Amino acid sequence: MTAGNQTYAAALNQALNQAMAEDTNVILLGEDISESVFGVTSGLREIYGPKRVMDMPISETAFVGMAVGAAMTGLRPVVEIMFNDFMGVCFDQILNQAAKARFLSGGRLKLPLVIRTTMGAGDSSGAMHSQSLAHLVTSIAGLKVVMPSNGVDAAGLLLTALADDGPVVFIEHKGLYGDLGAVTEEIIPIPFGEVKVIRSGSDMTVVATSAMVKPAVEAAEQLGDEGIHIEIIDPRTTSPLDLDSIIASVAKTGRLLVVDEGAARCGIAADIAAQVQAECFKALKAPIAMVTPPHTPVPYAPAAENAWLPQVSDILQAAKRLMAGN
Amino acid sequence: MAISKSAAAKKTPSARKRGRKPALYNASPEELLTFYRQMLLIRRFEEKAGQMYGMGLIGGFCHLYIGQEAVVVGLQSALKDGDSIITGYRDHGHMLVADCCPKAVMAELTGRSGGISQGKGGSMHMFDVEKGFYGGHGIVGAQVSLGTGLAFAHHYRGNDNVSMAYFGDGAANQGQVYESFNMAKLWNLPVIYVIENNQYAMGTAIKRASSEVELYKRGESFQIPGKQVDGMNVLAVKAAADEAVAHCRAGKGPIILELKTYRYRGHSMSDPAKYRSKEEVQKIRSEQDALELVKAMILNGGMQDEAELKAMDKEVKAIVAEAAEYAQNSPEPDLAELYTDVEA
Repeated sequence: MTAGNQTYAAALNQALNQAMAEDTNVILLGEDISESVFGVTSGLREIYGPKRVMDMPISETAFVGMAVGAAMTGLRPVVEIMFNDFMGVCFDQILNQAAKARFLSGGRLKLPLVIRTTMGAGDSSGAMHSQSLAHLVTSIAGLKVVMPSNGVDAAGLLLTALADDGPVVFIEHKGLYGDLGAVTEEIIPIPFGEVKVIRSGSDMTVVATSAMVKPAVEAAEQLGDEGIHIEIIDPRTTSPLDLDSIIASVAKTGRLLVVDEGAARCGIAADIAAQVQAECFKALKAPIAMVTPPHTPVPYAPAAENAWLPQVSDILQAAKRLMAGN
Repeated sequence: MAISKSAAAKKTPSARKRGRKPALYNASPEELLTFYRQMLLIRRFEEKAGQMYGMGLIGGFCHLYIGQEAVVVGLQSALKDGDSIITGYRDHGHMLVADCCPKAVMAELTGRSGGISQGKGGSMHMFDVEKGFYGGHGIVGAQVSLGTGLAFAHHYRGNDNVSMAYFGDGAANQGQVYESFNMAKLWNLPVIYVIENNQYAMGTAIKRASSEVELYKRGESFQIPGKQVDGMNVLAVKAAADEAVAHCRAGKGPIILELKTYRYRGHSMSDPAKYRSKEEVQKIRSEQDALELVKAMILNGGMQDEAELKAMDKEVKAIVAEAAEYAQNSPEPDLAELYTDVEA
């Protein structure tokens, strides 16, 4: 049974609502969350009250730290960092306190904390509200990192995050909030560390993350018309990463293109490329290719921002070069 | 130096301003002996840790609590089951008074599998949630936000427990301390912010790093009451702790206690402490030592004689020796443990 077409934002709202109804330990903390800039937490304060949906002062370090402390006692805080760019303000709490609590305590502590945040360019928000920083948190052992590409996955993955002993960094793409999807009335959790095969194909594997899945699908459709069959894989979680499924796909197709909106260097794309070549170099018919933004900050001007963001044309071009064997 | 010369008799600066004598807890002989024994355990434990560090049995960072014993003993005597404690990297004393196993603490210092964090944490990163001890944190000031979160959890659950968040005069200059103050007062969270002012942030004297050195005043603009306490006198600490705990349990929100204290050793074992004179340290050791003060009270009050106190020392030394023995004989962690207790 489905609840019909729902936006990505509404699907996340539904997942939060479902978890909050089941467990009073789940509480929401963040800036302006009762109003909710993107609508994800809208209406929840009316249902669960100000004690469970708390607006925070503009003090990311202390309120993320407070959430870490509360999680150490068994509460399940869902703390919102409005833009992932703001992780810079509170990175110590993420990098040192949240990520390492379980390890440093020899397993005595659990940290059922979810940090919800947003990523992504495309709306002229400028260089400090548009970055995609999943690679930063993925590189830190002890954090789980989720970056859903559609509302159905977003809801199922968030439900898993809310039940996890964490910590989880859950990165939503601002550009996807309005996208519609068929979300079921009761959301079913989706396990971490399992890719979603968006479409099957035999000629090339395209690993695409978050909002990059859509242009990858569009490119694959065009290439299909030309007789090139693309397999698209969405990792869904970059930590844990379902490397086995990606390797199995590349072993089958012999070609890999990684499309990610994050860093051109030391990023998700570079990481996946390095890991795949180490495992199945002999299966490769061409060097692994990456499509990412250039190694520059996100520009403000719309035309420049469009040029900065990976487009369908960039993916097509890279795919055709791969098919030509270089 | 602002430490009062004779802790029991002389007024602290704050008390002078308020025109009243510092309150002293009226301890029973049993309580006084318990305080003394706890302080002695910390001192002997830390002396042994220092020795073992010198022998190469403990590596990396090791911050000793010698000199500051009265602070944790006095403060934690005011706590009850369910209360939470959190501190920075100078954490051995807090753990011993929280009744964490001395063997497991010492074995963590030596990095053995019998350590309280199974050798993964080391001196700065130890936890014992069953005893209400939430670490043991290596980043200066970060525990203040976490401790606010522990108080948040008590508040959310509606119990009357409190969180005791310790930090030093150095950490008092971290921004998140003030973000935490704001939130704690905004929601009246039951947190006691304990500033252990041992006069030096690593090697930087407080007056060289702080525009306002009376740290108990740092909560004023958040409407958080603060009190300066003689941290070398366990009875002054206990009196202040009882008052602060009652304040928090009554739902009145956070409170700041600034404990004026002094560490005898360097910041860590690798600190030659060239930023202060040997005479300065020696003067405080000989005139204000927290253990000597209580020892004199015990002897003068006829609660125990020298021989009985010697016997107590022997008993405490045996506990420490047993911990040291265990810490050297516990096996190294299995290398497979590298991959446990870590996500993804």
